[in-house]
Amino acid sequence: MQVIPVRVEPRGFGQTSRRDAWWAVPLGVFLGLSAFIVYATWAAFQGEHYTYGPYLSPFYAPELFGDSPHAWFGPKPAWWPALAPFSPALLILPFPGLFRFTCYYYRGAYYKAFWADPPSCAVGEPRKGYWGENSFPLILQNVHRYFMWIAVLFLLLLAYDAWKAMWFADPVTGAETFGIGVGTIVLVVNVVLLGSYTLGCHVMRHVVGGTFDEVSKHPVCERAYACSTALNYKHQAFAWASLFSVAFSDIYVRLCSMGIWTDLRIL
Amino acid sequence: MAEATFRIWRTEPGGEGGFQEYRTAVSDGMVVLDAVHRIQAEQAPDLAVRWNCKAGKCGSCSAEINGRPRLMCMTRLNQVNLNEPVTVEPMRTFPSIKDLVTDVSWNFRVKKGITKIKPRKPDFADGTFRMAQRDVDRVQEFRKCIECFLCQDVCHVLRDHNKHEEFIGPRFLVYAAQLEMNPIDTADRIPELKADKGIGYCNITKCCTKVCPEHIHITDNAIIPLKERVVSRYYDPVTRLLRLFK
Repeated sequence: MQVIPVRVEPRGFGQTSRRDAWWAVPLGVFLGLSAFIVYATWAAFQGEHYTYGPYLSPFYAPELFGDSPHAWFGPKPAWWPALAPFSPALLILPFPGLFRFTCYYYRGAYYKAFWADPPSCAVGEPRKGYWGENSFPLILQNVHRYFMWIAVLFLLLLAYDAWKAMWFADPVTGAETFGIGVGTIVLVVNVVLLGSYTLGCHVMRHVVGGTFDEVSKHPVCERAYACSTALNYKHQAFAWASLFSVAFSDIYVRLCSMGIWTDLRIL
Repeated sequence: MAEATFRIWRTEPGGEGGFQEYRTAVSDGMVVLDAVHRIQAEQAPDLAVRWNCKAGKCGSCSAEINGRPRLMCMTRLNQVNLNEPVTVEPMRTFPSIKDLVTDVSWNFRVKKGITKIKPRKPDFADGTFRMAQRDVDRVQEFRKCIECFLCQDVCHVLRDHNKHEEFIGPRFLVYAAQLEMNPIDTADRIPELKADKGIGYCNITKCCTKVCPEHIHITDNAIIPLKERVVSRYYDPVTRLLRLFK
């Protein structure tokens, strides 16, 4: 007997036999990322209340040009277009922003949450056409490895800022003494979470050892690959934790600078 | 004994299909496949269902239970809500032959098209190789695959966009990774993965990883590492430049 297979037609947008709340995770991702983007954009354009004592908001670090004592090269440069809005964060934020934008975890998450491609697993899609990351524009996501190296550089700079956040200037003499405030802990935790996210990145895992089929023949790479792999298994958790911590660090410094919160000195 | 209702996809003689409801007795410890077998034995002797081991190792009884791709033999009834009808459908990515049985022959054709392993010269005169266990472990994970094709079923590139001619799907990206990362293999599959195997179509939504009954880290350990090898070969000018000096 000849059997003629019948293909079950794909379903329309949002149609599925799933009974669970399949929309909950994409909705949570949509709200979480949207809230971060709105807050980060607002904070980046403020251009004030981004330092408090030895603390520097990670949105503004490194401060290349600016009015605070943390600025590397002094105030706003003369060559900056007069009509363009200026804030030290505008020179910085695009790089970590693009690192996250091209991150493998975030890609999968926002393709679902913002583009419904698919809305969730085994749920019907709104569009028939599909190019994936095989052609323009999403083929540009392959630039991720370059932003990863920039993120590593930023990580080192943020670690230096966390170190500087342990040295408090005496209001009278100006002499710096070692100390730890709640803000110091906030900035250190932020660096640890950002480090766990960046060093567990899929590209990092590839370049430190994943490229070898016999990584055991390269002992240093093997150790680095094992560490990166261990972090990579929690990449999603670190992606969200570091996103939260970087926003919270900015909020903490901002509210201390505005006098709304008081930074407690522990040491 | 308690009863539950199952809405099972039935293919009609004309080629159309639809759900048919069956009410049957259920008891503690039963899996969905047990219930389907009971319905087959008591109410619908012509109900077609593919199964073999009933232990989650043969990959035969793949289906969609309440819309989620799963093995029927590994889905216990206490994992589903029996207060409402339980839907059991064939995998939607593949053509239905009859009822819950699908034609998965496309997968076997795809597998034949992937460059086979090409071992290096043996390490010893007796034809044996020496490999570090930790290097072998990396590809050993991929060998757990039971070819249930649930990952192919849930992949939206195949399921919703029907890219069967341009994309080999997660199962065969895992297979390609298993060969490509094998310590003794010398073949180069990167060009074919970029070209006709369509690795660029994967947009890493990780649905394949979520449904894998063997818990293989399909996206993180197979697909993304292969994508990175493709990037190094074709899209990264720095590594291309460095290769010139090697």
